[in-house]
Amino acid sequence: MTGILGKKLGMTQIVAEGGKMVPVTVVEAGPCCVIQVKTSEKDGYSAVKVGFMELKKEKNMTKPQLGIFKKAETSSYKFLKEFPMDGFKIGDLIKADSFSIGDFIAVSGISKGKGFQGGMKRHNFKGGPASHGSTRYRAPGSIGASSYPSRVWKGMRMAGHMGCDRVTIKKLTVVDVRPEQNVILVKGAIPGPVNSIVEIRKG
Amino acid sequence: MSLVKAVEEGFKKEIPAFNIGDTVRIHVKVIEGDKERLQPFEGTVIARKGSGVRETFMLRKVSFGVGVERIFPVHSPSVSKIEVIKHGDVRRAKLYHLRSKKGKHAKVKEKSREAVKAAAQKASAE
Repeated sequence: MTGILGKKLGMTQIVAEGGKMVPVTVVEAGPCCVIQVKTSEKDGYSAVKVGFMELKKEKNMTKPQLGIFKKAETSSYKFLKEFPMDGFKIGDLIKADSFSIGDFIAVSGISKGKGFQGGMKRHNFKGGPASHGSTRYRAPGSIGASSYPSRVWKGMRMAGHMGCDRVTIKKLTVVDVRPEQNVILVKGAIPGPVNSIVEIRKG
Repeated sequence: MSLVKAVEEGFKKEIPAFNIGDTVRIHVKVIEGDKERLQPFEGTVIARKGSGVRETFMLRKVSFGVGVERIFPVHSPSVSKIEVIKHGDVRRAKLYHLRSKKGKHAKVKEKSREAVKAAAQKASAE
């Protein structure tokens, strides 16, 4: 498996073979520096901790953060994430060129916040009739029976906060890789707003 | 967005300058079975939409009394050639009003030669 942290830069279209327009998301993928290698002997499981987006100034870091990077003797990074990988040592750089055209990847990110939303938008309820004297256009309908259970079942789908969830989209295709700009082009959309941090995993 | 723009730049083609109201002839690649041929389509540019590599233009012509409109991406590889035949003199960015007009009224006034020359000189000076 290869894991990398990236930044969603935005969407556009490119011309694929045969003259078809393909929607792509431009993602700045890495370079990610290996900060720590966890082994099953020492930590109980094996993983690699990587850092993304270098921090230049010491004053922008907390003391616990500084300790991590001092121990690893690497430069400092804003975002840290563990991936279950092996075959890396501290200080290694994982770059965009670890992906190639045609790879299937999974991308995780925090989806756009939608605020407090009703049942129709949040759970795809159908709502009520729009005409014939109806006034319950977007209401959720019945939420349960009467004397039994005399309460609403736990987990009943209702209006509430929507978005800002961790969302993973699997089986996205890599359309192009540009190692000199640390950019990969992913076919289709990925979760989150522009400039948000996303995890990209392969295999 | 600069990196997104950089990605788009790589897919742009060299295209002649053409504006709304111009009459252009384009050559569209048509694939029939395993053969490929060029099909010309001539019409008035009634709209240009979008920017960068996603820009499209809309061509309108009246063919055998029936209005035909087609939308093409400006940078599409299936549009192999764009020829500007006439420069139109218009004051609108979208010429959708041509749809409800007939005959002489549906014509776009042609730009005077002096105006075209002046515009070309201005463009070359820049």
